[in-house]
Amino acid sequence: MIKRRDLLTLIGTIAGSSAMYHAMTSLGFASESAYKGPLRLAGDPKGASVLILGAGLAGMTAALELRKAGYKVQILEFNSRAGGRNWTIRGGDSFVELGGHRQKCEFEEGLYINPGPWRIPYHHRALLDYCRRLNVALEPFIQLNHNAYLHTTRAFHGRPQRVRSIKADFQGQVSELLAKVTQQGKLDEAVTKEDQEILLQALRAWGALDRDYKYNANLGSAEFRGYSRDPGGGLTADPLPSDPIALPEILRSRLWLALQSFARYNFQTTMFQPVGGMDMIGKAFAREVGDLIRYNAKVTQIQQNGSGVTVSYVDAVNPSAVQQATADWCVCTIPLSILSQLPIDVGAPMKNAIEAVPYAASVKIGLQFKRRFWEEDEAIYGGISFTDLPIRQIAYPNYGFNRSGRGILLGAYLFEGANAYEFTAMTPAERVASAVEFGSLIHPQYKDEFETGVAVAWHRVPFTLGCSGEWSDAGRAQHYRNLCQIDGRIVLAGEHASDLPAWQEGAILSSLDAIGRLHERVVKT
Amino acid sequence: MMMRLMASLIAVLTLLSATAAIGQDSAAGRRTFSDGYRFVEMTGEELFANVCQGCHMPDAMGASGAGTYPSLAANKNLESGAYPIFLVVNGRRGMPAFGDMMTDGQVAAVVNYLRTHFGNDFQDAVTAKDVQDARR
Repeated sequence: MIKRRDLLTLIGTIAGSSAMYHAMTSLGFASESAYKGPLRLAGDPKGASVLILGAGLAGMTAALELRKAGYKVQILEFNSRAGGRNWTIRGGDSFVELGGHRQKCEFEEGLYINPGPWRIPYHHRALLDYCRRLNVALEPFIQLNHNAYLHTTRAFHGRPQRVRSIKADFQGQVSELLAKVTQQGKLDEAVTKEDQEILLQALRAWGALDRDYKYNANLGSAEFRGYSRDPGGGLTADPLPSDPIALPEILRSRLWLALQSFARYNFQTTMFQPVGGMDMIGKAFAREVGDLIRYNAKVTQIQQNGSGVTVSYVDAVNPSAVQQATADWCVCTIPLSILSQLPIDVGAPMKNAIEAVPYAASVKIGLQFKRRFWEEDEAIYGGISFTDLPIRQIAYPNYGFNRSGRGILLGAYLFEGANAYEFTAMTPAERVASAVEFGSLIHPQYKDEFETGVAVAWHRVPFTLGCSGEWSDAGRAQHYRNLCQIDGRIVLAGEHASDLPAWQEGAILSSLDAIGRLHERVVKT
Repeated sequence: MMMRLMASLIAVLTLLSATAAIGQDSAAGRRTFSDGYRFVEMTGEELFANVCQGCHMPDAMGASGAGTYPSLAANKNLESGAYPIFLVVNGRRGMPAFGDMMTDGQVAAVVNYLRTHFGNDFQDAVTAKDVQDARR
């Protein structure tokens, strides 16, 4: 299910657009991002007012920029905090999921998990720019840790393999194979003789092949895949090579599947996380626009006519009395899972678009352990292990390295697929217990070291009813533009109104695009 | 997040996976874990308990936050079997489509379970053929 656009990009790269790219970068035109720098809303809104629904990143971006441009701004927010899915759970926090299960997080002070977004690609320029402008300190998020594990129940007797070994062996074995067919003349039609010589050199260098173009156990391949005894000092200095895994074993294990988790654009180094938790971003926005937010406001109806917008809401805690907020314009960032249930005065095209987007299942589980055994015992500092167990991933904390004492693992991260629903259908306690059971197949230390956990299943989250908009290609083709068009006095924003679904960058870019168009209309009238 | 990556991983894993459930363990009790994109639960009761109740809750009463998961208990909309079949296969609004994750037989099983439990008593069972016909 690689998107066609991704494929075209890939083909373009292979087919040799590098010269063009070089020309573009030297002129400063090549940009990874749709972000063009801080928004400039020129022109006088003449006292126009905007009501923003939702104080997530999309809503607060709109509030910050519109107020700066001279608008009167008010935000209605369902939760008692700002940030929306930009959320961090720390020791002492408690939350109630749909169905009534309350979880109190018992993590030690300073330890946390990000149940929603947890990493920022370097090319998410808008989000990074807001972090810079709002003084949100960042640190590296480690996506690729060569010493983390790739694990499958179907091969290697269920023993986890180091990312380093699988990557090196896959690369080495494929290189050996390609060198072999090259030397047999089987590439003569595709590659000139001169280039074949260069190819062989490249395969030897890239694949760690020996002088006969074989991938063997030797100190050359050990530098890639690891040693059976590391280089040392004194009388035990000499390193020993390790034995590569044969190609058929790697192929059949399917562990190569996980290598794309490090190769794809969205996951390439450098990635970032805010120091202290992802919600540092939401809190930074709230420092700017918090005074505009009416918390605990559950929207029940959105009306508009030729002169303005009227939004009905109730207090989420004491919902007896219906209240109303009015404005000239409305930026609505309410997730479509919820908006599709509300009476809203928009035309059929936007209404149909609002109803066309299912919401993805996703579950994250944070586990606290008495000690950082993954570092102490296994030299895994940050990064992610991938598995075909239902927990799918174990992610190691990218902060507090090499300390003694407690630590938190992300013990499961499910996104779509059957297991995400199955974990959602459990009680929080069952989710945590299952994550510990499965995780102990990769880290046996779990059994002795586990203390406490929290589990967030996004379909059970009261303020979203799902993780993120799950557009199909057909649905996007039919409805996406209608979702994003201004309808009268209402415009939608959020990750669901972007082509970066489930990414914070999508929420911000969508918001900037929406308010830019809205402002244009306001200034013209 | 990582939806496109996961979607492609899931697509490949789907090709590999048999329909065996794995990892039933002591702490997880009776929970079932599918090992691919599609659900391995076969009975209506299992499907409800491992899938539907995630949103509609174990008592099928639904739940309410900023939005609502409708109650399926004593629900007159279930009178015509075609309606719940359509919803399970195609989804509606925020509700995901399960047509690609369940066979015709599984959809029929969970619809029949729903229509005869939680205060519903519709005895005209739907069949896998009904589900097949409902797929677009």
